[in-house]
Amino acid sequence: MQELVNIFVKSIFVDNMVFAYFLGMCSYLAVSKTVKTSVGLGAAVIFVLIITVPVDYLMVKYLLAPGALVWLGPEYASVDLSFLSFIMFIAIIASMVQLVEMIVEKFSPTLYASLGIFLPLIAVNCAILGGSLFMQQREYQSIWEATSFGLGSGIGWFLAIVAIAAIREKIRYSNVPAPLRGLGITFVITGLMGIAFMTFMGIKL
Amino acid sequence: MAEEKEPMFSPKNIKLLTNPINVDNPITKQVLGICSALAVTVKLEPAIVMSLSVLVVLSFGNVIISFMRNGIPSRIRIIVQLVVIAALVILVDQVLKAYAYNVSKQLSVFVGLIITNCIIMGRFEAFAMTNKPWPSFLDGLGNAFGYAWILVAVAFFRELFGTGSLMGLQIIPDSFYEIGYVNNGLVLLPPMALFAVATIIWVQRSRNKDLVED
Repeated sequence: MQELVNIFVKSIFVDNMVFAYFLGMCSYLAVSKTVKTSVGLGAAVIFVLIITVPVDYLMVKYLLAPGALVWLGPEYASVDLSFLSFIMFIAIIASMVQLVEMIVEKFSPTLYASLGIFLPLIAVNCAILGGSLFMQQREYQSIWEATSFGLGSGIGWFLAIVAIAAIREKIRYSNVPAPLRGLGITFVITGLMGIAFMTFMGIKL
Repeated sequence: MAEEKEPMFSPKNIKLLTNPINVDNPITKQVLGICSALAVTVKLEPAIVMSLSVLVVLSFGNVIISFMRNGIPSRIRIIVQLVVIAALVILVDQVLKAYAYNVSKQLSVFVGLIITNCIIMGRFEAFAMTNKPWPSFLDGLGNAFGYAWILVAVAFFRELFGTGSLMGLQIIPDSFYEIGYVNNGLVLLPPMALFAVATIIWVQRSRNKDLVED
C-alpha cells in the first residue's frame, strides 16, 4: 500500500510529465489559453491514462515481454516480442480512445459535450504513449502499481495544464516584449514552474 | 495538353526545403514536436541521433503517405498514418539498438515517442496527404532540418556550459578551472531547455516582425 502511495505522489510531483519530461507539450501549449478548456483536456488525459496504462501493462506481461507467452505452453518461453511494443501501444491507445469516446457519448452526454473535441486529440498526445513506455521501462511489479502510476501522471499533467492556463489568462494584462508574446513567454513560465516543481525532488514517503 | 514537367529543384521545391528552417520552423513557428525537442538536449550526441531518427521517419513517412494518399479513406487515415509511423519508428529503434546501444539507452522512451511526435502527424496531414512524393520528401527533409538545428543549438549550449565538453570531449581547458571557472549545473536541469528555446524564439521573432503573435 505504501509503495502505491509513493508511486502516486512521485508521479504527480517529482516525475511530473510536463515539468520533468516535457511530455504532452504540444497540446499543453496549444490548449492552455483558457482554464475551462484546459480542465476538459486535463480530465480527458487522466481518464485515458487510467485505462491505457493498466491495459498496456497486461499486454507487456502476457504478450510482449521476453518469455511472456509461456502461458501458451513451455515451448514459447524463448519468444520475445518486445520489439512490437510501440505498434501495440499505439494501437491500444487509439482504440481505447475510440472506445472511451463511444462510452462517454452513450452514458454521459454532458461530459461528452465538454470533452468532445479533445478526446480524439488525445490519441496523439505524447503523455499517453509516454505513460505506457515509462511503465514498461520502470518494470512495475503489479497492475496496481501501474494503475497508480497512470493516475498520478494524469493528475500531474492536469495540474500543469490548469496552472499554466490560469497564468496565461492573467498575463494578457501584462506588458510582455512583443517578440516573446504567446509562445515565448509560455516557455519561460513553464521553465519557471519547472524549477518550482524541482523542489519536490527526493520526496519519498 | 501535356503537363509541364517541373524540374527536380524548381524554386518552389527549394522553398519547401528552406522555409521550415527559418520562417516556418516546426518548433518555433508551427509549435510541433516540442516534447522530444526539450528532453533530449542535455548532450549533443543524443540530440544529433534524435534529429537523424526524426529525419528518417519524417522524410520516408512523408513519401510513403504521399504514395498512398489517393488510396486512404479519410475516415481511417489517422490509424493508417499511425501504423506507417510506428513501423518506421520500430525500424529506427532496432537499428539504434544494434549500432548505437548507449545512445539508444540515453534516449530511452523518446525514440518511441517519435510516434506521437506531432511534427510527423502534422506534416502528414498538412502536406503529404495533398502533394506528390518528391515535394513531400523535400518538405519532410526541410522540416526535419528545421527541427534538427534547434535541437543541436540547444544541446550545444547546454553541453558546453553544463559540462564543459562537446560530444564527450573536453572543450574548456583545465587552466580555466584552475582560475576558478565552474560548470553551470543549472544548465543541465530540464527547465533550462525551455529558456534556451524561448531565447531562440525571442531572437528569431525580433529579427522577423511578421512572426510576432499578439
